[in-house]
Amino acid sequence: MVLAAERTDVARAKRRLAVIDCDIHPNLENPGVLDKYLSKRWQEYRKGVGGRGFAGSYYPRAFPNAARTDSHPPGGKPPGSDLDFMRQQLLDAYDMDFGVLQPLLGSGGLRNLEWSAAHASAVNEWQIENWLDPEPRLRSGLVVPYEDGDLTVKEIERRGKHPGFVQLMLAIRTSEPLGRRKYWKMYEAAEAYGLPIGIHFGGQGGYPITGAGWPSYYVEDHAGMSTAFQAQVISYITEGVFEQFPGLKVVLIEGGFAWLPVLGWRLDAAWRKLKAEVPHLKRAPSEYLKEHFWVTTQPMEEPPRPEQFLEMLDMGPWMMDRLMFATDYPHWDFDDPFEALPKVKLPDGFEAKVMAENARALYKLPVRAGRA
Amino acid sequence: MTVQPVTPPVARGHNFGQPVIDTDIHCTVPSAQALFPYLSAHWREYISTSAFKGPVDTPYPSGAPTSALDGTRPADGGPPGSSLQLIREQVLDAWSVEIGILNCSYSVDGIAAPDTAAAMASAVNDWLIAEWLDKEPRLRATMLVPTRVPEMAAKEIERVGGHPGIVQVMLPVVAQALYGQRRWWPLFEAIERHNLVASFQFGGASGFPMTSSGWPSHYVEEYVDMAQVFQSQLLSIVSEGLLDKFPTLRLAMIESGWSWLPGFFWRFDKVWKGLRRETPWVKMLPSEYVKERMRFSLQPLDLPRDPVIVQQIFEQLDSDTLLMFSTDYPHWHFDTPEEALPVGLTEAQRARILYDNAASFYGFS
Amino acid sequence: MEQSTAALAPRGFDLGQPVIDVDIHCNVPSAQALFPYLSAHWREYIAYSAFKGPTDTAYPAGAPTTALPGTRPAEGGPPASSLALIREHVLDAWNVEVGILNCAYAVESLHNPDTAATMAAAVNDWMIHEWLEQEPRLRASIVVPSRVPEMAAKEIDRVGGHPGVVQVYLPVVSEAPYGHRRYWPIFEAAARHDLVVSLQFGGSPGNPPTGSGWPSYYLEEYVAMSQVFQTQILNLCVEGVFDHFPTLRIAMIESGWTWLPSLMWRIDKDWKGLRREVPWNMQPPSDYVRERMRFSLQPLDASPDPRHMLTLIDQLGSDDLLMFSTDYPHWQFDSPEEALPAGLSPTQRRKILSENARDFYRLSKQ
Repeated sequence: MVLAAERTDVARAKRRLAVIDCDIHPNLENPGVLDKYLSKRWQEYRKGVGGRGFAGSYYPRAFPNAARTDSHPPGGKPPGSDLDFMRQQLLDAYDMDFGVLQPLLGSGGLRNLEWSAAHASAVNEWQIENWLDPEPRLRSGLVVPYEDGDLTVKEIERRGKHPGFVQLMLAIRTSEPLGRRKYWKMYEAAEAYGLPIGIHFGGQGGYPITGAGWPSYYVEDHAGMSTAFQAQVISYITEGVFEQFPGLKVVLIEGGFAWLPVLGWRLDAAWRKLKAEVPHLKRAPSEYLKEHFWVTTQPMEEPPRPEQFLEMLDMGPWMMDRLMFATDYPHWDFDDPFEALPKVKLPDGFEAKVMAENARALYKLPVRAGRA
Repeated sequence: MTVQPVTPPVARGHNFGQPVIDTDIHCTVPSAQALFPYLSAHWREYISTSAFKGPVDTPYPSGAPTSALDGTRPADGGPPGSSLQLIREQVLDAWSVEIGILNCSYSVDGIAAPDTAAAMASAVNDWLIAEWLDKEPRLRATMLVPTRVPEMAAKEIERVGGHPGIVQVMLPVVAQALYGQRRWWPLFEAIERHNLVASFQFGGASGFPMTSSGWPSHYVEEYVDMAQVFQSQLLSIVSEGLLDKFPTLRLAMIESGWSWLPGFFWRFDKVWKGLRRETPWVKMLPSEYVKERMRFSLQPLDLPRDPVIVQQIFEQLDSDTLLMFSTDYPHWHFDTPEEALPVGLTEAQRARILYDNAASFYGFS
Repeated sequence: MEQSTAALAPRGFDLGQPVIDVDIHCNVPSAQALFPYLSAHWREYIAYSAFKGPTDTAYPAGAPTTALPGTRPAEGGPPASSLALIREHVLDAWNVEVGILNCAYAVESLHNPDTAATMAAAVNDWMIHEWLEQEPRLRASIVVPSRVPEMAAKEIDRVGGHPGVVQVYLPVVSEAPYGHRRYWPIFEAAARHDLVVSLQFGGSPGNPPTGSGWPSYYLEEYVAMSQVFQTQILNLCVEGVFDHFPTLRIAMIESGWTWLPSLMWRIDKDWKGLRREVPWNMQPPSDYVRERMRFSLQPLDASPDPRHMLTLIDQLGSDDLLMFSTDYPHWQFDSPEEALPAGLSPTQRRKILSENARDFYRLSKQ
């Protein structure tokens, strides 16, 4: 791994385009750090029974914290838990305009919903104090107890106007498909506050992680996550969420994107025949798909021949305005801003849009002073 | 109204005036590293370099008051139930235990990758033998198996089931399928052949919710709900003909509760009479199968301290041989050790529960 | 411009050569139709209890996609229950040299293992006697009690040797992914008889068909079915099924295939980083897909731009993967001219229309 200082110089020399990283994972130094932001009752709960998840649903990651081996900060803290080290290794090294945090602390998957809400609030306060306030380049997702609509709305009303939060934060595997009415109170509030719904790889809803039961290996969990994203996209569209909430935007994080155009065709083909079941849909499903979904690039799609990447873009040209670069720092499958884009002649404007401008527009981020 | 925090009492024993057999003593693996002497280089490397540090699920959250009595945490920092010394002091000596059966709730059933589950199960079994059974003649143990693949579970039973200290196989009661179903036959065949007891135990990490309406929100719900899972398993074992297929198979229900048995018997027997056409291999009343082939550890009692009610329930059980004494160390059930037994037992009932039923069932001479 | 949303009665099309149709549905008209193939015990059980066969179906009778107009027999019975109509609408209409029958009779939804095994055997005997022995152009996929793989293996051994039986039918929505070791007796038995194992649209084991629970609409379930196929493909590869069973071939029926290139890119990439956990794999997952799996042509899920279909076929990395199907009586294409992607080369056409299937199912040359 190139030393951070060298990398920065290289970055400044190489940099012609801005970079906005839409998927960075901050971590707690240790679980006790949250106590500062919890009432006494919940401090004791955390140390007592604690959060109960869905027993039997875990697939061990290939690396501790799923992290790349060089991302452990000095002093033994977990990867992603040290702001200075993150500045060095990521924000400064790549001269980023902005980075969007996605804390993966499991708040939404906690079965005790009151605890889920208290945990989410605590994580949000922790984010503000330790990341958003000290580092002006950082933004984040507002963590919410998404399985309970009323408690989610409360959290949105409590902190949704804080300028550091640019979206809500959910995980892609939920207790019901995300288009269902159970989640509509959340969408109503999110739309009112102008917050997109950011949905990240992972999560547990209490069901086997696939529609065919429990797989055996982590590679299936990881690669198979795209199936979870597809099912949720189908749910959002067929349930008419975008008819109900026309201003709602959804960001799909770490699910891949090559499957998008093809899914649009499949949705259209079926809807054309079965539309009597869903009269609330006024337009073809692929139109909602093109308008309401944004997607982060990591893990970058890697077809065997680089020119096939262009073929994929040709099938879904609208993706040029929807793809947003992400590194997934500090995870093992990190995408380096210099290496991630396919080595092929990309369409004009693609790089600028994907590396920063799509995110800047979606999250309403300013242009950096001194940039052309 | 503020609820006062509740703390478990100090672990203490009681002299019942006779030796006892304790059928449920929990023993806890302190860490994945503790198993290293019993793992190959491949698994040691996997544990060291990946995020896998052993199963992440536990039926007993370490911070729950029910999980550990006061004073059971060893001085060296390991979890309650990880010290042989303390178990000698606080269980074997304190209760005059002649034979104690160790149950290790290490959730290998929650590990999806089959070879990983099998390797960890083997390692725990070797650890139990070397560091517990070989050092303390009063102890016996329940062995672990990788339950998600019954054929692999059978292999592990072939491997260590013959050890004289291994008396039983650990089957978490929450499983990916009901244990009466045919996919488990290789497992029960091996258990029967080695003359071991099949035990269903509180807990389980199947990935499926442990109620038929999904996942409870609170631990206290899960804890109480567990009895229904035992009931479902009994229904399955009997209805599917497992006990006919394996005519000498014995099953122990550990930490299940048993005060619900009378009502369960009445319902099962009644419904079976109407629907038995579908299960022609069930040749006698379902309750008879339970009484003949199954036993229940004593804790939790889930009974009022009323001698009249106690005797009524005993009569409704219609069997003297069902119950086997347990402390369920280090879990918190009774507030004082005198309360470990139901009130108002006759001499004969006491002797059977404290010793004879378990001695007979497990074949301890 | 919005296309027509009403289905038209089935018509065939002369594709310039005899074709092999790998997906023709055939439906059991009623439990009574199976009586000649059931013992007295089961006839009595069906007559007196509430059991009349499986209640779940992947194809609701009233859904427009389930049956084209005119496919319901005049004498009664559901669409695709009449041999005469299948001859007329499919075998003759499309110049079918060989047609493979798929019977979506949901025995996996039956929890009582003996009921499931008995009904599966009855359906297979019914197909053999009333379809295969009446019509030489037909072959069949046999139904098995997949919940209890040992019983499924027994059924495969019982009828798998019949010359008209070419495949085992497994519903794609299952209790556990099919690569799991518990299902290996099925693959062993299929290999013994050199049968293809197929994963097919649908399945009612009791699990929800998505990893986030139960969809509200049939439209959702229908579209989301492709994700279940994706899960199964990855699982079959990494559990080492193809390494363990060197002759095993798996067909994906009614799965769609346009998502396959993007899936292969993702699973190959992930496998490179995570393959330590699955050391028995000697090659990346996409190689197993190309060597051991095939996909029925319908549904096309086509792009409005026909060039994209040719690109996708190219991205598959092999011309051997697709096998022609009508998916009769389901409504897939509006006019039979649309059944095949436009612009295929003569070799691609020949392979898709017959040669890939002939090879895969070990059918003799015409």
